[in-house]
Amino acid sequence: MSGPAPTPTPEASKDSSQLRQKEMIARHFDRLAAAPETGEKTAYTFVPGNLSELLLSFDVLPVLPEINSLQSAMRGRSADYISLAEKLGHSEDVCTYVKSDIGMLKSGNIGPTGQRLPNPDLLLLSYTGCFTFMKWFELLAQEYQAPVTMLQVPYQADGRITDDMRRYVVDQLRRKVIPTLEQVTGRAYDEDRLRECLALSAQAEDDLVAVLRAARHRPSPIDAYFGAVYYVGPIFSSFRGTRAAVDYYRALREEIEQRMAHGLGPVTPEGEMGAERFRIVVEGPPNWTSFRQFWKMFSDEGAVCVASTYAKVGGMYDLGFRHDPQRPLESLAEYCLGCYTNLSLPTRIDLIVRYLEEYEADGFLINSVKSCNSFSAGQLHILREVEARSGRPGGFIESDLVDPRYFSAANIKNRLESYFQMLQQKSRNPNPVAAS
Amino acid sequence: MSTPPLAELVARAEALYLDYRLGAVREWKRKTGGLAIGYMPIYVPRELLHAQGVLPVGVMGGREDLEIIKGDAYYQSYICHIPRSTIELGLNGSLDPLDGMLFPAICDVIRNLSGMWQSLFPDKLAHYLDLPQDFDPELGGRFYRHDLERLSASLVERGARPLTSEALARSIELYNAERREVRALYELRRTQPWKLPTHELYLFLRAALVLPVEESTELFRQYRQAVLDDPGRKPLDQARVVLTGSFCEQPPLGLIKTLERAGCSIVDDDFVQVLRFIRSDIPVGDDPLGALVHAFLTDAMASPTRYVDRGRKGAELVQRVRACGAEGLLFCAPSFCDPALLDQPMLVKAVEAEGIAWTAFKYAENSGQFQVIREQAGTFADSIKLWSNA
Repeated sequence: MSGPAPTPTPEASKDSSQLRQKEMIARHFDRLAAAPETGEKTAYTFVPGNLSELLLSFDVLPVLPEINSLQSAMRGRSADYISLAEKLGHSEDVCTYVKSDIGMLKSGNIGPTGQRLPNPDLLLLSYTGCFTFMKWFELLAQEYQAPVTMLQVPYQADGRITDDMRRYVVDQLRRKVIPTLEQVTGRAYDEDRLRECLALSAQAEDDLVAVLRAARHRPSPIDAYFGAVYYVGPIFSSFRGTRAAVDYYRALREEIEQRMAHGLGPVTPEGEMGAERFRIVVEGPPNWTSFRQFWKMFSDEGAVCVASTYAKVGGMYDLGFRHDPQRPLESLAEYCLGCYTNLSLPTRIDLIVRYLEEYEADGFLINSVKSCNSFSAGQLHILREVEARSGRPGGFIESDLVDPRYFSAANIKNRLESYFQMLQQKSRNPNPVAAS
Repeated sequence: MSTPPLAELVARAEALYLDYRLGAVREWKRKTGGLAIGYMPIYVPRELLHAQGVLPVGVMGGREDLEIIKGDAYYQSYICHIPRSTIELGLNGSLDPLDGMLFPAICDVIRNLSGMWQSLFPDKLAHYLDLPQDFDPELGGRFYRHDLERLSASLVERGARPLTSEALARSIELYNAERREVRALYELRRTQPWKLPTHELYLFLRAALVLPVEESTELFRQYRQAVLDDPGRKPLDQARVVLTGSFCEQPPLGLIKTLERAGCSIVDDDFVQVLRFIRSDIPVGDDPLGALVHAFLTDAMASPTRYVDRGRKGAELVQRVRACGAEGLLFCAPSFCDPALLDQPMLVKAVEAEGIAWTAFKYAENSGQFQVIREQAGTFADSIKLWSNA
């Protein structure tokens, strides 16, 4: 017996920058798919602490496994991939990005655009801010014949970058990473080319920061968590250091400034958002399997994310860091050292408190994902500390990155609604003790 | 020197293991007035602390008898147990005698715990020991040496004596002696496991974590002598197994006993690795600090917390199984332990390629029920005894 015809999910609204980005990414995956024929070299690497400009200077195309995993989730494929990896012996307890990637690899390594991803010519392990990255590439090293080079990025345990840390990273770049790239590509290191790429990065970074800071405006013209996922896409992935990224971020900035001038809020997948009722800072990565549904839970309540820590995993540009062509390797080192998940818990707490003040947020939410201990371990402590220091209420929800089994929509919606009701009450009666 | 009776030695070790409030450390501080610094599992260079007059104290979390009142409020259900018991012990005053804590680079959970410690105990030293994953002396070695110098300076700021080469050389020799005693115990268990049941040996490994090295070395020596002198211990018909995966959060003692009662004779393990992490004596030479660094780079145990690029993954585990004549392998990891569980598929691949029988299960340090594991381990041991070629 056939049931009622399923209601098709309406096409998500996209602004022009999103359409432009979609084209950029499609072109990149076309090049990747064609790499076995064109001979272009590819390196698998990670987003935090990525060395995009250095790879570009050698004309190496990056492939980012965690981006592939999140794309698999958004396309509804990750459940099968994770299931396959678990059947192959990967524990149910560990990171689902890894399992989704392994499952994708074992299923033919078909990327987000439906084209087969090339095997890597190099596994470039940027070991920044996440222990699992190291294990992930040990696993990939067993699958491919490509050389592996590892860049260990020290952890900012005391909240600062020391000379020793910077030197350690620079020395590894000089003595390990660059020689390996030379060997893989057959080309000599070209520092002038690297400087050109870094100069382009800095331009794009300026415009990205202007976009993120637009959220200080009321109403915010952007959503700095869900929407920012799109905004940071090119600069966090394959395009940092390119002219395409510079053009994209210039256009994006103009688009956002226009929205701001017209007093418009963010564009959500459901269209223009209604009135801004709550301004929220978010800590933790989004859930990717139900990304649109998750965003709608916020936008339906008039909740706009005005700042997020997730949008900083690929670089803390809003705190002033810029790639510096005058100090190419030192600048790359400082970039790697400064990524959000490489910061100590006290520094993360300081940052969230700062965002709450600078963006005049009503409160903050933590989306704690099962997969990512780098983010999640200590988040309940962050919750307490930020509440105590800022005096603003925090909410806590739990989900996962790419495993749909851990996204309980009803439970999360219920918690979010309760949290927004609390914010509503607080805005009506900000000082209940005094009032009574 | 006469050796105390075995039962007396075991009772002393057990008392030290059970004492959450670190009575031995409190007593040492009362006598010496020195600093005591705790450290989380796997590896820290205890020699450096000792050379500055500091007592290194191993903190291995809790057991099933520790009621977690506050610690659970700091961690989600999907995070392993050791950080919550460590927080509990910190907040309930058990760790008060410690003047600080070292957090070696084990995983993201322990890394983030270092930041929580800074926040929760601002008056105490909280040092994240960023162990190198690059083993080139000019790269990882130089970075690690600077980190140790920074740690040493932090200890001086808190009242420890400055580090000298002479003192460090003496300390390295003392820890070499301890390592020799531990290796001798492991060798004895390898050759005559009935003499040295693991649930008993384990008590001594844990006891050593709260004693000055001079005392722990002597305790190990006395224990070995006592078991050699004990005529009552006879060979058992058990399956010889290696246990791996329990290098950070430790299993409850009841689990170790359960495995032995199920017919498994543990002839090698990953418990309390700090005592064996450096595999050989460290040659002191003219530069003891350099020797300490070099030992970490070149002579450390293979560990899921250490980077291995290709070719060698699982090779040391296979070699350990072969070297101790084990008939099987137990993957015994804590739930939600990233290093152990992410490593496991690679290790399984390596041991299966060698035809080594294995089984796997998980635990938490506060697990209290072992029936399922007992049945699994018993079946595994039976299958080895019945069908193994060994």
